[in-house]
Amino acid sequence: MMSKVTMRLNGKTVSADVEDRTLLVHFIRETQGLTGTHVGCDTSQCGACVVHVDGKAVKSCTMLAAQADGSDVLTVEGLANGDELHPVQAAFRENHGLQCGFCTPGMIMTAVDMIERHGAKLDEKTIRHELEGNICRCTGYHNIVKAIKAASDQMAGMKTATE
Amino acid sequence: MYETTYHRAGSVADAASMMASAEDGKYLGGGQTLLPTMKQRLAAPTDLIDLAKIVDLHGISEAGGAVVIGAATTHAEVASSAVINSKLPGLATLAGGIGDPAVRHKGTIGGSIANNDPAADYPSALVALGATVKTNKRELAAEDFFTGMFETALEDDEIVTSVSFPVPAKSAYSKYPNPASRYAMAGVFVAKGADDSVKVAVTGAGQDGVFRVGEMESALSSNWSPEAVAGISVSSDNLLSDIHGSAAYRANLVTVMAKRAVAAAG
Repeated sequence: MMSKVTMRLNGKTVSADVEDRTLLVHFIRETQGLTGTHVGCDTSQCGACVVHVDGKAVKSCTMLAAQADGSDVLTVEGLANGDELHPVQAAFRENHGLQCGFCTPGMIMTAVDMIERHGAKLDEKTIRHELEGNICRCTGYHNIVKAIKAASDQMAGMKTATE
Repeated sequence: MYETTYHRAGSVADAASMMASAEDGKYLGGGQTLLPTMKQRLAAPTDLIDLAKIVDLHGISEAGGAVVIGAATTHAEVASSAVINSKLPGLATLAGGIGDPAVRHKGTIGGSIANNDPAADYPSALVALGATVKTNKRELAAEDFFTGMFETALEDDEIVTSVSFPVPAKSAYSKYPNPASRYAMAGVFVAKGADDSVKVAVTGAGQDGVFRVGEMESALSSNWSPEAVAGISVSSDNLLSDIHGSAAYRANLVTVMAKRAVAAAG
C-alpha cells in the first residue's frame, strides 16, 4: 500500500508517496537524500539513526515514515546555523568526540535532546546513563562524554548571557 | 518487513472499526517491539492501526486515591511525571529504566502490557500495585490480565485504554538489566498498600511471565526490611534459563533485587 507522507523536515515541508512499510530513516535517507542519519544495527540498539520527531529523540529505524506524517522532524543536517556549527557539533570537533564518525550523527542528536531535557550543566553520570541507547565502537566513549559535558557547560553560559 | 497497510485512528471507536475490517490487523502503540518484530519478518500484520494519536488515550490524572495513566502515555512521560514521582515513585523508577531515552520517547504503557514480554518491566508494577486495566470493553484486575508468556486476557480486537493504580503507602522497583538489551534478567516490584497489604511481583525471571512471591509478602507484612527477604529464595523450577543466565542464577537475582527494592522503598 502506498500513501502520501508529508512532514516538516529541518524546517522545510516535504512530501512523497511511499510504501506504508517505509521506515522513517529510509524516507529521510533515500526519499529525501539526507544521508547524515545513519543505519547502524537496524535492530533498535545502536542509536546511529536518532533524529528528533516533534522535539523528542527517537530511533528513526524503529518508526514508520507514516507515523511521522504531520510531524516536525529534525536531523543532524538541520542543527547548524548556516556555516556556524551547533554548540554540540563544535564540542565534538573540539574534544575529538569521534574517530570513524559513523555513530556521530546519532550521538549528537541524542546529546542535544539530553541537554534540552536536563537543562544545561549536565554531570558525567547523567550523560553516561543517557547514552545507553547509542553505541560507539571506536572511542570508548570518554571523549564523547567530554564533548557533551563541554557543550552543556557552554550552552549554560550562553543561556545566562541572554537572560 | 512484509507489506502492510497503515491506518491512523482518531478515536477508540474508529480503531475498533478499522480492526473489524482488517484481514489480520494489529494495533500499533509506540511500535518499539512490534516494528522490530515486523522487520525480522516474525510478524506480518496486513494492517497496522496506530493508536498513538488518540487524544483520549493520553494523560496522567489522580483522583480518589488512584493514579490513572492513559494507555498511549509514553515511558518518558511516566518517568518525568510529578504526580507519579510523588505518589508512585517505584513506577517512575521503573519507567525511567526501560530501554533507552529514544525508546522511552515512543514506547507506551498500553503497548508494553498488551505485549506482555516475560522480561518487560511494567507487568511487575501492575501486579504488585493491584492495578486495574481498563479496555474498550471491560475492566480487568492485573492478575487476571497477564495470562502467560506474551499472553494476555485481551481479545484480538480489544484495546487497552488506561491503567488505574491505587496509591500505595510505599513502592519501589529494582531490576538487574541485561547489559545489552536493558530487559530485566530479574526485576522485583514491592508495594505496601494503603491498607498495609504487601505484594511482591517478579518479572524477567518466570517462564510464564510475572509472578508473586507469597513467602516474601508474608515476611514483609510482619517486618518491612531488606533482612526479612534476605533468606527467602524462589524455586528455580519455573524460571527462564538461557544464554544470558541460568534458572539458578535468576533465582538468586530475585532475592537480591527484592532486598534492594525494599531498601529503596524505605
